[in-house]
Amino acid sequence: MLNAIWAVMILVAVFYGAVTGRMSEVTNGALDSAGEAISLCITMAGIVALWMGLMEIAVRAGLVEKLTRGISPFLKFMFPKLPQDHPARQYIATNIIANVLGLGWACTPAGLKAMESLAKLEEERGNPEYMDQDSLSEKRKQKGGREQASASGKSRRASNEMCTFLILNISSLQLIPVNMIAYRNQYGSSNPTAIIAPAIAATLFSTVVAIMYCKIKDKKN
Amino acid sequence: MKALANISDIIIPVLIFFIVGYGFVSKVKVYEAFLKGAKEGLHIVADIVPTLIGLLVAVGMLRASGFFDMLGSLLAPITEAVGLPAQLMPLLAVKLFSSSAATGLVLDVFRTSGPDSYAGLLTSILMSCTETVFYTMSVYFLAARVTKTRYTLTGALLATLAGTVASVILAGRMV
Repeated sequence: MLNAIWAVMILVAVFYGAVTGRMSEVTNGALDSAGEAISLCITMAGIVALWMGLMEIAVRAGLVEKLTRGISPFLKFMFPKLPQDHPARQYIATNIIANVLGLGWACTPAGLKAMESLAKLEEERGNPEYMDQDSLSEKRKQKGGREQASASGKSRRASNEMCTFLILNISSLQLIPVNMIAYRNQYGSSNPTAIIAPAIAATLFSTVVAIMYCKIKDKKN
Repeated sequence: MKALANISDIIIPVLIFFIVGYGFVSKVKVYEAFLKGAKEGLHIVADIVPTLIGLLVAVGMLRASGFFDMLGSLLAPITEAVGLPAQLMPLLAVKLFSSSAATGLVLDVFRTSGPDSYAGLLTSILMSCTETVFYTMSVYFLAARVTKTRYTLTGALLATLAGTVASVILAGRMV
């Protein structure tokens, strides 16, 4: 995806610049931006390192784990049919907390694991679309090819849990928009952190809308 | 809005106090832990340096070619009716697919209008409350090898729309 976006941006810029006769501006734009990227990264490095340092303390003190356990009532509300001791529950909890704390590197692995365990759950529930999971993943391991996955011929429908999990995830749950604060700081904002509370309010609103939508859909199905 | 601004001011010191205090009381070697995490943070930033160079260059070239101005004046009648500055339209579209490409556009808004302008504030809030819809969906559903995504896309777009509306309202109150 990024390949296409990036190529289009570059090609359009040069083409449009040539048409409008602004090639020297385009040259400067390219060179200045490259330098700007480096000074931006220097500001970011400080802020991200600070945040990650604090998060390491939180992890070692067991705070993150505590938070993960703390959202169990919320998970029960969002995923009423997910068995209490199913591994998917742990992964979903980790993903949500990592999202809230802005730990991007921890979100995705836990999220992918959550999706895999939700697929496993469908298999345990006897959903025929998911029944070939084990034999297929074996085959995939042997041949290492992705074509095997689609070769099964059955197309899988997302379960309600998967839809809910993804919609929640995409509604974004971030508490402190660390990167955005770093960018604002770099570009001379008089108060880089002024956006924290409005951002939390906007995130809460989009998440509440997401929750209501999922609940309505859950009822229907 | 005054209350929101106050929360924004105190949240970081309070969080730092809480995390360090909690860690210290639970006998974590807080300084060592901090150093380890900070080092990891530096690695994360180092990893995104090439991405930022690539994207900022692309956006910088587009801006310099006059393409954004052209796009902006084309879209202005539609976008200004709903309170969105025209320069945010490419950003909203790109953000659905790639958050790093969107970052390039965010920085362009900051550079041209300033982070404390209406457009700058709106961008900051918007980026903090929305996710990369199509990217996230494709990666996550691939992990479960699901092809029929049912109501996920509608729900995700609805949440994004809600976040956008909330951002417009909140940013409007901040200036």
